[in-house]
Amino acid sequence: MNARAKAEPAQLVKQRRDAALAALVEGVPYIRFLGIKFDRHGDELTGVLRFDDKLIGNPFLPALHGGATAAFMEVTSIITLSMAHLWKDIESGVIDTQLMQQGELPRLPKTIDFTVDYLRSGLPRDAYARATVARAGRRYASVQVKAWQDNRDKPFAQASGHFLMPGRENEHD
Amino acid sequence: MADQAKMARQFIQAIPHAKALGMKLTEIGNGRATISMPYADHLVGDLKTGVIHGGAVSAVMDTCCGAAVMSHPSSPTGTATIDLRIDYMRSATPGQTVTAHATCYHVGRSVAFVRATATDDDTGNPVATASGAFTVENRSGAFKEKCK
Repeated sequence: MNARAKAEPAQLVKQRRDAALAALVEGVPYIRFLGIKFDRHGDELTGVLRFDDKLIGNPFLPALHGGATAAFMEVTSIITLSMAHLWKDIESGVIDTQLMQQGELPRLPKTIDFTVDYLRSGLPRDAYARATVARAGRRYASVQVKAWQDNRDKPFAQASGHFLMPGRENEHD
Repeated sequence: MADQAKMARQFIQAIPHAKALGMKLTEIGNGRATISMPYADHLVGDLKTGVIHGGAVSAVMDTCCGAAVMSHPSSPTGTATIDLRIDYMRSATPGQTVTAHATCYHVGRSVAFVRATATDDDTGNPVATASGAFTVENRSGAFKEKCK
């Protein structure tokens, strides 16, 4: 690249990023089953778990199932990690987001281990989660994630996990 | 003892999330539990391979560990997960039922410790292992406080 490229129209940039995210999410039937959506602001992702009765683990309290909470945080970690991993290639056009939407999906990181701390019981309402990539190496990544409901300063669960990164096709370095 | 096992069984069957994932409690008693989860399309984590999502494996492990705590001879009246670590050894083979076996190997006044293994048809080769700590509720006290 010689000079600074002319800025792309905002709509185009947004469309490309949203298409990549949507394709990643739609490639995982379990995400749809749990009812998880993602809000995106630039490269910041927030997982949103819409409350549903099928997520209940203790009907007497009632409270969200620990397994649903764990899955929600694992999904948020994998999608956040994957978007961070693919970001450059999505931006540069190396990854064709139209092909992605037609089902040509890049491989997702694989969970090696995942440890969840349950801080308080999950209430029967929507939950949110944000993951941060503590370290992304070529083969291994370490991710931390927090989930909250009404108050972001009072997470009801947090987790940390390790992931095996997929090999990159078109690897240059 | 039989009453307790019956109660734990009913409790599991009353869990909406366990029901939604198609879990079946096949064995329970003496601090041990076995729960199976038949393969289903909505549990898939990767459309290309058809492999079950790790989150679904977490859910069956968590439920199975809780059931093991409930069936312990010390008769806790309730339990909740404090922490649970899952190690994923390999992908579960698409089309096969995932079965979790949990053992509650120590129960203190407030905390129970549990280990679990998940397998598919190749039972000698675990898909995942888990270890965790759970609250022990005895009528009133610790559990309620945690749930506030």
